[in-house]
Amino acid sequence: MELYELTAHELMDKLNSGEITSEEITKSYFSRIKEKDNQIKAYISLLEEEALDKAKKVDEDRKLGKKVSKYAGIPIGIKDNICISGSKTTCGSKILENFVAPYNATVIENLNNEDMFFLGKTNMDEFAFGSSTENSAFYPTRNPWDLDRVPGGSSGGSAAAVAANMAPWALGSDTGGSIRQPSSLCGVIGFKPTYGLVSRYGLVAYASSLDQIGTITKDVTDSALLLNLIAGHDEKDSTSMNLEKKDYTLSLVNDVKGMKIGIPKEYIGKGINDEVRESVLSVAKKYEELGATIEECSFEVGKYAIGAYYIMATAEASSNLGRFDGIRYGYRTKQFNNLKDIYRNSRSEGFGAEAKRRIMLGTYVLSAGYYDAYYKKAQKVRTVINKAYNELFEKYDLLLTPVSPITAFKVGEKIDNPLEMYLADICTVPINIGGIPGMSIPCGIDSNGLPISFQLLAKPFGEETIIRAAYTYEKNFNFRENYKPTFKNSK
Amino acid sequence: MSVNKKEIVHLAKLSNLYLSEEEIEKYAKDLTEIIDFASMINSVNTDEINETIAANENFNVFRKDQVIPSMDRNLLLQNAPSQDDGMFRIPKVLN
Repeated sequence: MELYELTAHELMDKLNSGEITSEEITKSYFSRIKEKDNQIKAYISLLEEEALDKAKKVDEDRKLGKKVSKYAGIPIGIKDNICISGSKTTCGSKILENFVAPYNATVIENLNNEDMFFLGKTNMDEFAFGSSTENSAFYPTRNPWDLDRVPGGSSGGSAAAVAANMAPWALGSDTGGSIRQPSSLCGVIGFKPTYGLVSRYGLVAYASSLDQIGTITKDVTDSALLLNLIAGHDEKDSTSMNLEKKDYTLSLVNDVKGMKIGIPKEYIGKGINDEVRESVLSVAKKYEELGATIEECSFEVGKYAIGAYYIMATAEASSNLGRFDGIRYGYRTKQFNNLKDIYRNSRSEGFGAEAKRRIMLGTYVLSAGYYDAYYKKAQKVRTVINKAYNELFEKYDLLLTPVSPITAFKVGEKIDNPLEMYLADICTVPINIGGIPGMSIPCGIDSNGLPISFQLLAKPFGEETIIRAAYTYEKNFNFRENYKPTFKNSK
Repeated sequence: MSVNKKEIVHLAKLSNLYLSEEEIEKYAKDLTEIIDFASMINSVNTDEINETIAANENFNVFRKDQVIPSMDRNLLLQNAPSQDDGMFRIPKVLN
């Protein structure tokens, strides 16, 4: 077995016992990347030199018997909207093509503190606007399970890198499903924590009231280990919550007896592909066999979440993207006579089609005469959705739904129809609106050999319940041992 | 609800974007479709319901009014498309 096939915790065990070195791990990943990434295109930039230097340093420290973190010497992939000081952070956009981050995101500081380091920056839909990674200004990423299909998005590069063994784990961001949906389409574990659990400082903003950094891993143990590092209060993000630090690995318990799990009937009905529904229902059955109580419930207002989401998210995006003016950083047009020209031409030449569409939409719903009808109304619907979640979580420990209504679609299939692309997020956006945690866990493959996943949701800061149930499922059905990506074309 | 080409031109102006005739046409169609779809939220009864403006209950988060080192000026200027004497350089604003 090659080192790149192992999970992060397996690598940590071997590294800490002295069986292998960090340099060997790092070289194994870069040789894998060189072998596979010309097909997958998961990375925008690689940080090979920096990674190898750091690996050698950590190996040296271990050799000298210095006290090092158990995570020391483990590499990771980082979505290209999270700032690493001194490295390019492009957000998948031409407007930030040459932007070198002058500081570290708080999550990057957290990983640095453990002497972890970075394989590279992963591809994404421009500014995280999309569900297929086709909106990257550089190139689309391909799905390792079928090279003619998309990996999902917007964290498609991170999900594809982990699925293709080009990173042991990765960080992504999730505003409406951008961690969970690509994780589902690539057959890996994607975890979006509660809003406020992980600092957003240094994450380039898309929709600030919905954005959350989270993890993409090969198994649930790695999700808990990585969450342990990135969760915590940060003064630099005033929406981060000041709570007692938890050890999420304590929830890696193979037992769901007595747990109450609700299945909202709206998410196993019309609009969900038959094979996806069957697979998710078989997960429910599995949980029942393992001692949990399964009950059908209703989340009727959930169907309006997608409408409210695209109003709120684009409103916030249009405002957040106002900062790109060609003055302080980012692309500046060559064609200008005055300041106004710099603004307009830099933005028009620098932003891609979907970014422009969302800026226009957001400006529309915020403009005089429409503000009350759209933006304010959507915020009221948000209150109704939160209330519905509160009521459901009074009755249930967890909710179980599909992640994506369909498995991976073909490259080019939805790119010309924005509304159809938006519907790919129908099962994932309500969670961001509620600010609650959600995890995507693979549970089977469809007749085309593509991964199907289910989603576990809990009340705010209910990460431990999710981890416990996900771990129990994994212990009883290990997707990774049963199925592997094929790197084939479907044509 | 339809978003016409005139409105698109106005939105582009507000957004500091220049759009080609082709883009104006395309965005008018896209925005009409998306807004029509999103209007589904009008079916939700929100009488007596307040807006939610944030995803959690953090409210008026204060910090101590302390002087701490800020980022290095040269570091922050390294991404500027044009700079001069420690400042961002822009074209003349007043004639």
